Amino acid sequence: MSGGAKGGTEVSGEYLIKGARLLGGEPADLLVRDGVIAAVGPEAASATAQVVDADGLIALPGLVDLHTHLREPGREDAETVESGTAAAALGGFTAVHAMANTSPVADTAGVVEQVWRLGREAGHCDVQPVGAVTAGLQGERLAELGAMADSAARVRVFSDDGKCVSDAMLMRRALEYVKAFDGVIAQHAQEPRLTEGAQMNEGEVSGRLGLVGWPAVAEEAIIARDCLLAAHVGSRLHVCHVSTAGSVEILRWAKSKGWNVTAEVTPHHLLLTDELVEHSPVGAYNPIYKVNPPLRTREDVEALRQALADGTIDCVATDHAPHPVEDKETEWDAAAMGMIGLETALSVVQRAMVDTGLLDWAGVADRMSFRPARIGRLDGHGRPLRPGEPANLTLYDPSVSRLVEPSGFASRSRNTPYIGMALPGRVVATFLRGRPTVLEGKLQ
Amino acid sequence: MAAAVSPAHDPAGDRDRSGSPDPAPKGRAKADSASPPASRPASEPAAQPPRAVLEGPDINRALMRIAHEILERTKGAEDVVLLGIPTRGAPLAARLARYIEQFEGAKVPHGSLDVTMYRDDLRLRPARALGATRLPSCGIDDRLVVLVDDVLFSGRTVRAALDALSDLGRPRAVQLAALVDRGHRELPIRADYVGKNLPTAKSETVKVYLEEVDGRDAVVLIKRERA
Amino acid sequence: MNRHLISAADLTKDDALLILDTAEELAAVSERSVKKLPTLRGRTVVNLFFEDSTRTRISFEAAAKRLSADVINFSARGSSVSKGESLKDTALTLEAMGADAVVIRHRASGAPHRLAHWVRGSVLNAGDGTHEHPTQALLDAFTMRRRLGGIEGRRVTIVGDVLHSRVARSNVLLLNTLGAEVTLVAPPTLLPVAVHTWPCQVSYDLDAVLPKSDVVMMLRVQRERMNAAYFPSTREYSRRYGLDADRLARLPEDALVMHPGPMNRGVEIAAEVADSPRSTVVEQVTNGVTIRMAVLYLLLGGAV
Repeated sequence: MSGGAKGGTEVSGEYLIKGARLLGGEPADLLVRDGVIAAVGPEAASATAQVVDADGLIALPGLVDLHTHLREPGREDAETVESGTAAAALGGFTAVHAMANTSPVADTAGVVEQVWRLGREAGHCDVQPVGAVTAGLQGERLAELGAMADSAARVRVFSDDGKCVSDAMLMRRALEYVKAFDGVIAQHAQEPRLTEGAQMNEGEVSGRLGLVGWPAVAEEAIIARDCLLAAHVGSRLHVCHVSTAGSVEILRWAKSKGWNVTAEVTPHHLLLTDELVEHSPVGAYNPIYKVNPPLRTREDVEALRQALADGTIDCVATDHAPHPVEDKETEWDAAAMGMIGLETALSVVQRAMVDTGLLDWAGVADRMSFRPARIGRLDGHGRPLRPGEPANLTLYDPSVSRLVEPSGFASRSRNTPYIGMALPGRVVATFLRGRPTVLEGKLQ
Repeated sequence: MAAAVSPAHDPAGDRDRSGSPDPAPKGRAKADSASPPASRPASEPAAQPPRAVLEGPDINRALMRIAHEILERTKGAEDVVLLGIPTRGAPLAARLARYIEQFEGAKVPHGSLDVTMYRDDLRLRPARALGATRLPSCGIDDRLVVLVDDVLFSGRTVRAALDALSDLGRPRAVQLAALVDRGHRELPIRADYVGKNLPTAKSETVKVYLEEVDGRDAVVLIKRERA
Repeated sequence: MNRHLISAADLTKDDALLILDTAEELAAVSERSVKKLPTLRGRTVVNLFFEDSTRTRISFEAAAKRLSADVINFSARGSSVSKGESLKDTALTLEAMGADAVVIRHRASGAPHRLAHWVRGSVLNAGDGTHEHPTQALLDAFTMRRRLGGIEGRRVTIVGDVLHSRVARSNVLLLNTLGAEVTLVAPPTLLPVAVHTWPCQVSYDLDAVLPKSDVVMMLRVQRERMNAAYFPSTREYSRRYGLDADRLARLPEDALVMHPGPMNRGVEIAAEVADSPRSTVVEQVTNGVTIRMAVLYLLLGGAV
């Protein structure tokens, strides 16, 4: 990302990271100097560098989130670029894609540049704005996609996330149009008529609880349609927060055809199920479990894990969605949808994918850094840990366990579904182009 | 639903009951209330070997005497209605009616009067199951109601029964019959007919077993040592 | 028994029988000249109604007053709720007023569960969204037991909009607990997708089920469901799923016809069926007060 790289001209110190297991492999030393990885292994030596003891820690390329709600402008009570990127850095991220459903909507060059600038000022991680597909997220006419692409923010990912581009003709045009600047449409797959008033996954639990069901088919039907459209016009489609086993099957089929389709899954869909709405330590109908798309069944969780492991799903994206307390401490129907996730993502992925043996740390690096950076066309991120590469790094201790205590979060919001839960691992340090944004677990 | 509460720790309970503090409806009497306390495990430190104060024949003799007294005092029991307080007052009232009929051929209406909803100690224990209230078809207005209970202790049950009665009608007069009067009154109440006066310590428990409820007749005194 | 009554699933068989037995004893109270018991003197019951339901509110109010509780009626209309106060703030207000029990009716499923987090008193669900209405199920069971002598092994058919019915959900759970055999009959559009996991049978064919029913419970069908394409027209609905005189004749002779009210005469139930001696509609209303007295007594009458 040239925009982000320009933001990284700050003078950075020299750090010698000792004994980190690169992508979970053998321990090695890393010398970071002038914003890049200067040396790896025996050549990494310096008398002047600040030493970071990374014994037992895993070194990963800085994590990249394709799906973050920073809420600024408009809902600064829930999150700001400053607080959201601080949360991102603490979660091991060096770049986040800021979703477009702000107020005003990020549907013009002006708004995306504002968000991009706020990110540079905050400096905790790179902020890559996502542009809206349709003006005002109204689903009626295309936003000025080209102007956003050409702006200082260099937008490549476009999404009406929160709303589905449900009009097939509009979706086709959007897919076609972004080919001109190598853009991608990130679709929030939710057939609106099938989900009118929907509250939670349609199934056994929704039937018992008397909550309006959110059928899997409402997601799958849109994904199937969009895969066909993307293939027809030869464009790139990215599917946001895949949540069902059926969606996985459709994606597998589309990929088997060689179509240019990618997909993401959220950490919470890899770990949590709709049973929590009925039975949980925080009581039935607790809206901390209310999210879009909804938590699904065990079978879906299992299918999503397998799909992430075999690459059918390309990456993990947090869908970090902050909401103020008053929007969650309500009856279920009245509550806002969404969960925060930046500060727990890596731990949840460890629990769901690594501790289960489905993915090794190299796999985690691929799904949380390499691939999302490629999908988002972020040039300076998701690079291998080799000399000469930008020093975007995360040091992670997988051996500890921590109790999730939202009051300690950097995020302005507290709507985590993991409250009181013990999760493995801890981000010890994050480096953004050679500058530590987090050291010893503390924001710098 | 009702957690078992030991009668010895029930500060306002005025009637000592066997085993279960919950006057279970007929046919659902708890198993342990039918078994004599002697069969409790020896490891239970609080209870000493129980002393039977009255055996079956003694109980019926006492009831017969009460029946005679009622006949005498009410001049033939003409307008008497016997109302037993559940659980064990109700079968006692039925027995009294039977004896009165045997002695004089007089048919005395009898029934039961549950006082649970009128008790002053409801908030000291979990909510209890209700006993039956079955008034004879003649009603109680202008009748002489004889309340019948197994054990008279603090007098609070009788107080509750008087309140319950006044919501059901207006008897000409109300009298009280108790199989056992164990003393320790907490209210200005006395019995008109007593089967046996039984001096007790407050820490002791009096248990009445009746054939109709428990499968045998006996009155047992249990000493409870303070823990 | 639980401190709250939010779902029929909260009740064990013993709990349910205790409530029914208690109600049996309390039934006599409404027949005597002094229809009042002193039991809940000094206790405060708040009727918190976010949804209009005069019938249910009055029933709870009568029950609480017959037990001498103080009753505060708090209806969403004309209160701070209509000015945007949240359920939580309302709960905290009630808490400050010292409510011993809150009877809540709310259009959102699960609102009583949330309320129970925020208040110390007992929460009684008087109907939440399309979830449950446990005292309705209890009064239905009480009505059945009084008429039929028992519930164990009885065949109860519940007909209509099961998908949106809190009455159906509570009845399926409670009747199953009490040993009845429940069959749901509805057009497939008005059944939850996972209804096969419920402890009951399911049929689309009312005429096949009627001869094997000891009780038929007709659910209210709302006309607005037609607009959402759940069925083509009320006429077609009542032809296929309405209880008319012909169908009544196909029931066993002593079978009961129940309806939680309010009825749509001519839609799910024909007028002559609603008014027939087999119909328990009026009894259900009477029994409603009795069963709510029993529940209030058992939740509030003892130590808390």
